[in-house]
This record gives sequence, structure tokens and C-alpha cells, in this order.
Amino acid sequence: MSRISYREALRLALRDALAREPRAFLIGEDVGKYGGTYAVSKGMLDEFGPERVRDTPLSELGFTGIGIGAAIGGMRPIVEIMTVNFSLLALDQIVNTAALYRHMSGGQFSVPLVIRTSSGAGRQLAAQHSHSFEAWFAHVPGIRVVAAASIEDARGMLWPALLDPDPVIVFEYPALFNMEGECPDAVAVDIRSAKVRREGAQVSLITYGASLPKTLEAAEQLAREGIDAEVLDLRVLRPLDEAALLASVRKTRRAVVIDESWRSGGLAAEVMARIIEGAFYDLDAPPARVCSEEVPVPYAKHLEDAALPQAGKIVAAAERLVRGAGA
Amino acid sequence: MIAPPPSGPVPYAEELALGLLADMLRVRRLEEKSAELYGAGKIRGFLHLYVGEEAVAAGAIRALEPQDNVVATYREHAHALLRGMPMGAIMAEMYGKQEGCSRGRGGSMHLFDASTRLYGGNAIVGGGLPLAAGLALADRLRQRAGRVTACFFGEGAVAEGAFHESMNLAALWRLPVLFCCENNLYAMGTALERSESQTDLCVKAAAFGVHAIKADGMDVVAVHEAAARGRAQVAAGDRPCFIEFLTYRFRAHSMFDPELYRDKAEVAQWKTRGPIHTYSARLKAQGMLTEERFLEIERAAQEEVAQAVAFAEAGTWEPVADLARDLHTPEGQ
Repeated sequence: MSRISYREALRLALRDALAREPRAFLIGEDVGKYGGTYAVSKGMLDEFGPERVRDTPLSELGFTGIGIGAAIGGMRPIVEIMTVNFSLLALDQIVNTAALYRHMSGGQFSVPLVIRTSSGAGRQLAAQHSHSFEAWFAHVPGIRVVAAASIEDARGMLWPALLDPDPVIVFEYPALFNMEGECPDAVAVDIRSAKVRREGAQVSLITYGASLPKTLEAAEQLAREGIDAEVLDLRVLRPLDEAALLASVRKTRRAVVIDESWRSGGLAAEVMARIIEGAFYDLDAPPARVCSEEVPVPYAKHLEDAALPQAGKIVAAAERLVRGAGA
Repeated sequence: MIAPPPSGPVPYAEELALGLLADMLRVRRLEEKSAELYGAGKIRGFLHLYVGEEAVAAGAIRALEPQDNVVATYREHAHALLRGMPMGAIMAEMYGKQEGCSRGRGGSMHLFDASTRLYGGNAIVGGGLPLAAGLALADRLRQRAGRVTACFFGEGAVAEGAFHESMNLAALWRLPVLFCCENNLYAMGTALERSESQTDLCVKAAAFGVHAIKADGMDVVAVHEAAARGRAQVAAGDRPCFIEFLTYRFRAHSMFDPELYRDKAEVAQWKTRGPIHTYSARLKAQGMLTEERFLEIERAAQEEVAQAVAFAEAGTWEPVADLARDLHTPEGQ
């Protein structure tokens, strides 16, 4: 057990993956000479060489497709798309090739590809650099989508993703990069399951990604008010761990879904639909959502804060569920 | 102005010379039968026929080696067949039967065959280009020397960003890709001069520092020579190669295309350059082909088509219970 940052955890995971799997290589913009946009791959060009830490031009569609082809050709590429904002330029290759390839070919070809990308707002980067598009990818059958919301997951998700014979998209969160915490020396993360981050009895706070620390903070506040909240980190956004979701809600009988993406057509809507379908008669109150406001994320700090889910909003939503609308 | 029909002696021994003819005839008869079966409702969805363009696949694929990879488009029956996929597997796929090469999951546009290294069958224009570069990168990293990835695409793909990104990356990293552009002059209904500021596609390719070769795609000899030269250059490890095959499709873009964008006279004029009859005439002129031998090749192609249809007819439907099969790779595979 040692105390490290989320960034350091990502770096250790990446270094470990390249050292252990000779077929793995990192490919993306500024992963080599620059040292990685967020310094995650710093020093790796020197350690592993330019064939395995491969800088690319600004060609998201091209190098993502090349990663797909290389995966089909027997390699284990780790494609780094600098941010989810730029993943839109690669969406065709991810959706139309990577996700469909095995099923469409009648099972002849698998695509053992890992895509790492960063997501979320909260650093005053304005509208074009603050997107949360996890739900778009989670919409598509054929890919596994995971979100690293903790230091343990940042350290331990990449290896099982690399072992997966099919495409996996790993979301990382720059808002969490400087977060520090204890990390076990040997981490085996199950990328098929959600994880209860805090046990509770009265309300389930269900979230993923950068909203997890805010949700844990909200749970602390609720505890001080005498409300015992459970925090469930979805962790796997596709396929959703429905069993864990329903087990938590059946226990607490109340659910608040916290999602940094927009409310309309978002992942929170899917989670709520699963709750309604699978645990309707177990509920004591209608489920609630705390999502981003339906505006482009603004630059000014007070506006950005107002646009995103915050602990206060989560607390208020949970209080309404537990104490009734009049609370 | 349309060039005169291909002419001149065929510089090959009988096996290759007649093999190229047989290849083109097999494709032609497969495509004609497919159109007929589409009319009969046996084949559904989109169907894009290669009639008129046979010389390109025939000449190019015979220039490849068994270890090479092939990436193709949604107009790929010829490439699948000539790479060695049984015609029955193609026909059964178009019928949607589980005996089809992709278990009926893909249909006409998504023919795949791991055993002949055919990586689809891609129905997104330009979608196969990055894939081809990636396969080539894997070969480079795994040190599989002597393998080339041949990537077929239409001239319509040249307008896509995927073309420019892939050409740049393949050239920058010197990847062993043979880019085979099948320029049939129309992207669906949009003529090349209505979509490109530079209509000489070799000029575009040369801008990436890639070898660029222009070949008459109606002349199977010219195609084969260009492809052999291109493949040799790529295999020498130098850099990728781009070949523009100037060709023409005699039939509509797909079965839904009323062909409002071109004159019947233009089609008729191009038919004078038809790859099969011009080539047969050349072989006959030099005494390499008799009418009897031609009919023998013709009968064999028709027999192969008949057997493919029988195979597809006898095929079975994948159980609906298998709908989600192969969404993910099974454990241990």
C-alpha cells in the first residue's frame, strides 16, 4: 500500500502494461516526445522506444482505425485519444468498425483494442473541452465501456482491459488527476462489476467517473444530517452491472443518479429505466437525477460550477427522497 | 473522350492468360446471377455489382501472394471470389444463410474470410483505409516481412478525410500498403469532376510522397502489370504504393439507382472497352484462345454459379437464439 496520485496510478498502469505485454503499444497524439498531454506517458518513449510509444499526427480517425487494424492483425494497441471531445473525429472507426467487426463477420475476427480517453468538465476549459460522452459509446453493442473514478481503478483497469479480446474504452478524468490516495501494490480490478464505495441503508447514490468524489462528499454531508446513503460506482458503463444496481436500490428503496453528462438521453436515463423496470415495486419514492444543466459548459468558474452536478445538489435531491417533497 | 479499346498481344503464358479470362467470366456470371436473384427476392438489402470492372480485381488479385491481406469495399464479390472464397459461401451470405461466409450477418456488403485473409467488405466509404494501414503496421511490428496489405476503394473515398489521414500515416511510417483505387468515375451519382478540385488522383497520392501509378482498369494486362509492379515496390519495404485503375461500371450503382446522372450513350461507349470481350478478342487474335475453349471456360463459370445457387438454396437460417452470438469473443478463444 502506498500513497499516490490518480495520475501516477495511470502512469504505473500504462508502464506495467507495456512491460508485461510485448504486443502492446501506445499510439496517439503527443504520447511520446511531449510525454503525454497529462504527463501520463512521461519517460516511456525513452524506456520503450518509438515503435511502442508512437506519436501520431492530428488524425484521430486515422490512428484509431490503425489501432483497430493492428489489433485485428495480432497486436494489442492502446490508442490514446487525448480527450473525449476529439473522439468525435474517430467515432466512425470506433462504432462502424471496432464495435461491429466481430458480429458482422460471423465471429471470424476479434478486435482486442483498448482506447484510453479523458472526459469531463470542471477545469474552466469551456464548451469544446468539457464534454462527457460516455453514454454515446455505452449506447453501442460490441464495446465495453469502463470509467476509472478511483485511484485503484486508475491503477488496475488497464490490464484487464488489455486482456479483453474485444474493444474496451477506458475513460479517465482530468478533474481527478491530482487526487491522492492509498493504492494497493497489487491491484486486480474487475471490469465487469460495479462497486459499492460506501455502504448505506436509506438511499442509493449511483454515479460514475468524476462525480464519484462529489457523491462521496454528499454522502458525508447526508450522514451528518442523519441520512445513511449508499454510494454505488457504476464503473462499467457497458454492459451495465444491473444486478449490483438493483441490489442496491432494493436495499435502500430510493435512488439518486448522478451523471455529469446532460440529462436528455443520457446514461442517467438508462440507469433510471433499469431501476424502474427491475425494482419499481421496491421503491419508496420516484428515482431522481442530478445531471449537468442543458447548456454548453461555460468558461467562467461560477457558471461552470452552476452547470455541473455538485455535492449540494446531490444532498438536496437525496433529502427530498428520504424526507419527502416538503423537506 | 474515351480511349480506344485495349489492344495488343497478351504477354503471358497460357495458364495465366486464360486464368485471367476465367476470373473475369466467373465474376461476370456471379454478378449477373445476383442481379437476377435480387429481382426474384432471394437477395435483399443493398447489392452493388462489379459488372464492367472485372479486370481490376482479376488483374490485381493475381498479383498478390497468399500471405497478403485484402481489404475491400461494399462492391467486393469479385475480390472475395478471386481471393479464393468459394462462390457458394458468397451466394449463401447474400441469401442470409448461416452457411454464408459471415453466417448471414453481413450480406453482400460484408464478406469476410479469415482463411484467405479477406478483412471485409466495408460499407463505409473510406472506412477500410485506416484498417489496412493498421494491418500493415501489425505486420511491421510483428516482423512479418513480405506481406502486403492490398486496400481497394473507389474514387469516392478520395474525398474522405480517412483517405488523406491513411495515406499520410502509411507514407510517414512507410507501411506496406498497396492502395488500389478503383476509379469508376462516379461516387454513386456524383461525377469525379463534380467532387474533386484535382481530378488526377495520382497527383493527390504523389503529394503524400507515395509511388503513384495510373493504369487502364479495363485492360486486365495493364492492371496486372501495374499491380505486380506496385506490390513489388511495397514488398521491397520502401513505402506504400497508390494505383489508380481507370474503370467503369456498366450497371447502376446499386439496385435502387435509376441512373439519372449519366447518358446511355456514355455507357454504350464504355462498353466498347468492356474488359472481357476486348481481352478475349486479343487472345483469339494471337491464337491463344479458340471459340471452343472460350465456351468451355464459359460453361465452367455457369456451372459454378449454378452450384453456388444450389448451395445457397440448401442453406439454413441461423437460429434466432444465436442473435447475440459473437457480440463478444467467447472465453478462452
